[in-house]
Amino acid sequence: MERKGRDGRSPEKGAGSGADAVRKVSGQHRQEGIVPVLLIVVGILFFLLMLVFPLVEVIYRSLKDGLASYLNAVTAENTIAALKVTLIAAVIALAVNTFFGLCASWLVTKFEFPGKHVLSVLIDIPFSISPVIAGLAYIMTFGRMGWATPIVEKINQWLGTDISLVFSIPGVVLATIFVTFPFVSRELIPVMQAQGSREEEAAVMLGARGFTIFRKVTFPHIKWALLYGIILCAARAFGEFGAVYAVSKARGKTFTLPLEIDALYMAGSADAITQAFAVSSLLVVLAILILILKQIVEYCGKDGR
Amino acid sequence: MKKRQRRTRRATVIPGFGLTLGIVVAMLSLLILIPLASILAYSFRMSPGEFWELVTRPNVLQAFATSIGCALVAAVVNCVFGLILAWILVRYDFFGKRLIDAMIELPFALPTAVAGITLSRMYSDQGVMGKFLGRLGIEASYTKVGIVIALIFVGIPFVVRAIQPVLEKLPQEYEEAGMMLGASPFYVFRRVLLPELMPPLLTGFGLALARGIGEYGSVIYISGNSEREGTQVVSYVIMQKLNSGSVDYEGAAAIALVLLLISFFLLFLITVNQIAAGRRAK
Repeated sequence: MERKGRDGRSPEKGAGSGADAVRKVSGQHRQEGIVPVLLIVVGILFFLLMLVFPLVEVIYRSLKDGLASYLNAVTAENTIAALKVTLIAAVIALAVNTFFGLCASWLVTKFEFPGKHVLSVLIDIPFSISPVIAGLAYIMTFGRMGWATPIVEKINQWLGTDISLVFSIPGVVLATIFVTFPFVSRELIPVMQAQGSREEEAAVMLGARGFTIFRKVTFPHIKWALLYGIILCAARAFGEFGAVYAVSKARGKTFTLPLEIDALYMAGSADAITQAFAVSSLLVVLAILILILKQIVEYCGKDGR
Repeated sequence: MKKRQRRTRRATVIPGFGLTLGIVVAMLSLLILIPLASILAYSFRMSPGEFWELVTRPNVLQAFATSIGCALVAAVVNCVFGLILAWILVRYDFFGKRLIDAMIELPFALPTAVAGITLSRMYSDQGVMGKFLGRLGIEASYTKVGIVIALIFVGIPFVVRAIQPVLEKLPQEYEEAGMMLGASPFYVFRRVLLPELMPPLLTGFGLALARGIGEYGSVIYISGNSEREGTQVVSYVIMQKLNSGSVDYEGAAAIALVLLLISFFLLFLITVNQIAAGRRAK
């Protein structure tokens, strides 16, 4: 290995130009040693064992009882209802968090103000706390014992509505928003920081107004990062379990797909478990689509820069 | 102080400060901070004695030990394999590299419940991996080993994605110089690479740990949730107190508050680490 490294390095001394080509050659040399092969094998084994096997397992188990029962499980009434709730929650969460992400990244990257660092840490909170806590937080606020419940009731009376913010679809939406809150801003802030504010300042000098600056100057730079953030946000929104589970108790009404999977799996019978995997396979397909989309966006983003 | 004010004024050439500040603070408060503060408020209704009694019950302490212990083990394992994966993805060319790179984030994209039931089946004594491990004398399903496996699954992308960009920017000449001077590969790794990779490795470790301590969906199926065997995680204990039949909001709030404090502490350490790394880079 040591000698290989030396051999690989030696041509570089002679050739001053074309360092890239040389690096490529030396890189290939290094790969012939035993250590790189070992590392690659270990890496691939880990990858297969931890990431590929589970995927194969889901597909295998979902199709175990044949295509007919698979289709039955996927088109069951509860599954369709859960799919609807999942889509509603995801779409609203995406809209809210995209709006928030744009505002937050504009604020954090274009201005200097005291408390800025604290604010950016606060925005990231949902990323590192337990999703169960997110659900609990809404129960403590809007639940039967929650301090905000009387306020919500008053607003309901006044509007003549009957909206409940937990154990209902609005509750599911809120919980989904909570867990996906920082996803868009996390992707936008580094890109906008690297971009700086000179172009926007120039636009102001030339007389452009607020939203025009964003649309014509900032947006073209951040569109791929924005899309990337939205994709990550969507992935989490479709799959959130803990937070939603805490605030959703009615199967067929407020259950999302992951909750439906849980209910089927917990039913325990062999049929129900196969059904759980059938519904899971929908989310697996979605996850793979998201990964492919992410790859495309990443590629386009690199190209655009 | 004066300098800072001048900077503020100059930056306000760009419009939208008041508007975005208002929107961000309002949304952050309404959606995140006030609900979280409700947990705090709820906990304060109890006397310190009651609070202490709730969070030091044997099953709660055991759940904290299980969550933190398993998350630590999983995060360490992820640091090792995350380092290897990031290294081979950045430095070597091999068949299937792009596929691995794309699929590293599968645990982010795959719903935790799906991962949970799948791992649980795979590692049960009837499953593919369970049979294999059983022959080695390791019982994975319904034990702490199972919890660790689930946490390795959810944590691996954090470590790989933290190290990858730093490694990409690290010139290969450093290692080559080390090799040239006659150092062994291991020595070069320890003295040349590791110091550079330590900050991102710590960030990845911290994020994986924070995620692991609070994890719910991927863990609860494989863990078995037995109080006697010590396989209940903290999130499970909280959720149990919310379920109809045995609703115990006080207990849930108290445990959640402790879990929140642990998360905040970790978040604080990660931020400090990142700021320090940023300074070093400059």
